[in-house]
Amino acid sequence: MVKTPKPKELTENLLEKPNLLRGDQPKQSWMETPVEFKPGTYCHAAKPKVLEGLGFPNPREWQPGDDDWQLPDGWEETILKGFQERLKKFRSFKLYMDICVRCGACADKCHFFLGSGDPKNMPVLRAELVRSIYRGEFKTAGKILGSIAGGRKMTIGVLKEWFMYFHQCTQCRRCSVFCPYGIDTAEITMMAREMMSLVGANINWIMEPVSNCNRTGNHLGLQPHAFVSSIRSLCEDIEEITGVSIDVPFNKKGAEILFITPSADAFAMPGIYTMMGYLLLFKHIGLDYTMSTYASEGGNFGSFTNNETMKMLNAKMYAEAKRLGVKWILGGECGHMWRVVHQYMDTMNGPADFLELPKSPITGTVFSNAASTKMVHIAEFTADLIKHGKLKLDPSRNDHWHTTWHDSCNTARGMGLLEEPRYVLQNVVNKFHEMPENTIREQTFCCGSGTGLNTDEFMEVRMKGGLPRANAVKYVMEKHDVNLLSCVCAIDRATLSSLVQYWVPGMEVSGLHELVGNALVFEGEKWPRAMDLREDEPYDYEEPEEEPEAEAPAEATEEGGEGDV
Amino acid sequence: MATVDVSGKQVEVDEDGYLVNLEDWTKELAEIFAKEDEIELTEAHWEVINFLRDYYEKYQIAPMIKILVKEIGKSMGKEKGNTKYLYELYPAGPAKQACRFAGLPKPTGCV
Repeated sequence: MVKTPKPKELTENLLEKPNLLRGDQPKQSWMETPVEFKPGTYCHAAKPKVLEGLGFPNPREWQPGDDDWQLPDGWEETILKGFQERLKKFRSFKLYMDICVRCGACADKCHFFLGSGDPKNMPVLRAELVRSIYRGEFKTAGKILGSIAGGRKMTIGVLKEWFMYFHQCTQCRRCSVFCPYGIDTAEITMMAREMMSLVGANINWIMEPVSNCNRTGNHLGLQPHAFVSSIRSLCEDIEEITGVSIDVPFNKKGAEILFITPSADAFAMPGIYTMMGYLLLFKHIGLDYTMSTYASEGGNFGSFTNNETMKMLNAKMYAEAKRLGVKWILGGECGHMWRVVHQYMDTMNGPADFLELPKSPITGTVFSNAASTKMVHIAEFTADLIKHGKLKLDPSRNDHWHTTWHDSCNTARGMGLLEEPRYVLQNVVNKFHEMPENTIREQTFCCGSGTGLNTDEFMEVRMKGGLPRANAVKYVMEKHDVNLLSCVCAIDRATLSSLVQYWVPGMEVSGLHELVGNALVFEGEKWPRAMDLREDEPYDYEEPEEEPEAEAPAEATEEGGEGDV
Repeated sequence: MATVDVSGKQVEVDEDGYLVNLEDWTKELAEIFAKEDEIELTEAHWEVINFLRDYYEKYQIAPMIKILVKEIGKSMGKEKGNTKYLYELYPAGPAKQACRFAGLPKPTGCV
C-alpha cells in the first residue's frame, strides 16, 4: 500500500520544494525536465484482464514507475497516426492546437498547479505537452526548427510526461473559464488520454469501472440481484427511520419515467443517503417511475478514456429507455454524466426522438432545455416541484446541519446548473453560507480527484489538488460554523469526504437529496422523527403542538439565504 | 506481480496487497495478512470475515459498510451492529482491511 503523507508532512514538503507560485524559477527548460514516477504520484496501470475484456490494445502487467513500459514496436507511429486522425475528425482539437497565444491567463487557475506549484500543471504548459508534438511532427516550421519553433518529436519521455500530467488534470475546465479564446482544455486532456489508450497507457481506476459497466451495467460491478438487494436494504432503513414504506419498481415496462443515477448512490457512503432522499421524494409525489438493473449507472468512466467507449456506455441508458417504453429519463446527482449527456450525447447517440419531450407529471412543466436528450436533472425537477408548492417540507429537520454548496465542475461549468440546486437547498435547510465567490459557481474549485483519479494510491496528488477547494471549505467552517458540504456529484461525495477528512476534519459531505429526504413531511409518518437519514445524527427536536404545515417556497436570492455578498 | 508465501505456495497479490485470484484464499492466508497488519484474528474477526465471504459468494461484491453493520447486528446481536465495533476490530477500515483478509477485491467507481 502506498503511504499518504500526513497534512503537516505534505505542507512541509510543498514548502521545501522549489515552487513557481513563490517565484522560484526552474533551473532548466521544461522540455529537458524528465518526469519522475514516485509512489503516490501516479495511479496503478490498467490490469491486463480488464483491457483484454474490452478489446483495448496492449494488455500487459506493468506499472508507470517501470523503466520499460513494454510498448509495442512502432508505438510512436500509432500515436502520431491517432493524432492525425483526431485533428481531422475533431475541428475543436485542431483549433485548440492552433489558437493558443500562451497569454497565461489560465496559468494560476488550475487546482493542481495551486496545490503543487509544478509548472507543468499550468494548463497552458500541460496543453503545450501535446501542442509541441503537433508542431514538431505536423507543422513545417516545427519540423525544421524543432524546439526553436516550440516543436519536438514523440518519444518515450513525452509519453511518460503525458501520462503524468494528463492524469493530473480532472477536466474540470476552471482554466477554460478564464481563457480569452475559450479553449476547452478538458478536450485536450481527452485527446491525450485517447492517444495514450492506443498504446495501452491506461490506469486501472478508470478501466476497471469501464469494464464493470460494460459487463454488469455499472461501475461497481453490481449484478442485478446485488443492485436490487442493496436498494431494498435502504428501503428497510427508510421505513425504520421515517415509518414510510417504499417499494421501488425495477425494470418496469411502461413506467412514465426511467430514473438513472450513479451506482455509488446505491452502494457507497454517503451516496446511499442521497438515494434514500430520491426514493422518499418519488414516494412523496407518487411518481410513476422505474429503476433499471441494466442501465444501473449514470456515470460514464468511458468519457475519461475515449469517445467510442463513452458512446458505448451512454447508449445503454437510451437502449433501456427504449426497451422499457418510458416517456423520458430523470437523471440523478452525478457530475460527468451530465457533461456527457449535455454536451456529447446529442451527436453521439442522439437525438433521442423515440422519447417524449420531458414534462413533469406533477406540475406540468415542460423541460424544453432537454428537447434533444430527453433527460432532466433531478435538481431541476425538484426545484420545479418546490416552486409549485408540491412538497411538504420542514427545513428545521436539517437544523443540525449548517450547509455550504460545492458546485460540481461538470454540472456547474458543463451545463450551467447553478441556481436550481441552491434553490432546492435553501428550501430544505435553514442554515446556509456560500464559500468565497472566486471558488463557487463558474469559478468553482474541483474536488481534485475527478475523471477517474479517485483512487487511494494517488492520495498525495489528490490532497494537493484538492487544497484550494479545502481552503474555501475551511474558511466557511471557521467563519460561519459550517459543518456540511453539499453537492450534486457522486465522485464529489466520495472524494470530498476524503479531502475534508484530511484538510478540514469535522466537516461532513452530503448530496442534495439527502437533505430533501430529511425535510420531506409525510402523512402518517413517525413524527417527530427521532433521527435523520444517517441515523447517528439525532434531532434536537421539540414536540410540535400540531402537524407542521407545508411552507411557502423561499425565493432563492443571488447571494443565497443568509449568504455572504 | 508480488506474491505471498503460504506454506510454500506462492500466491499472487496486487499492488495494494489484495488477492488476485479469489480461489487462492485460505484461512492461513487471512492469518498472514492479519499478521502483516499486526492484528491477531479472534473469533470476532472471523465472524466478520466469514460474513464477507458468504456475502461475496451470493452477490460477487463486498457489501457496503451499512449492510455489513446491519447484518452483523442482525446475526450477532445489536451491541455488535455498529461502525465503532467494526473499526475496533479493523482499525484500517472494515471495508478495506477486512475485505483484504477475506480475499475479496476492493470496490471501484465513485467510491
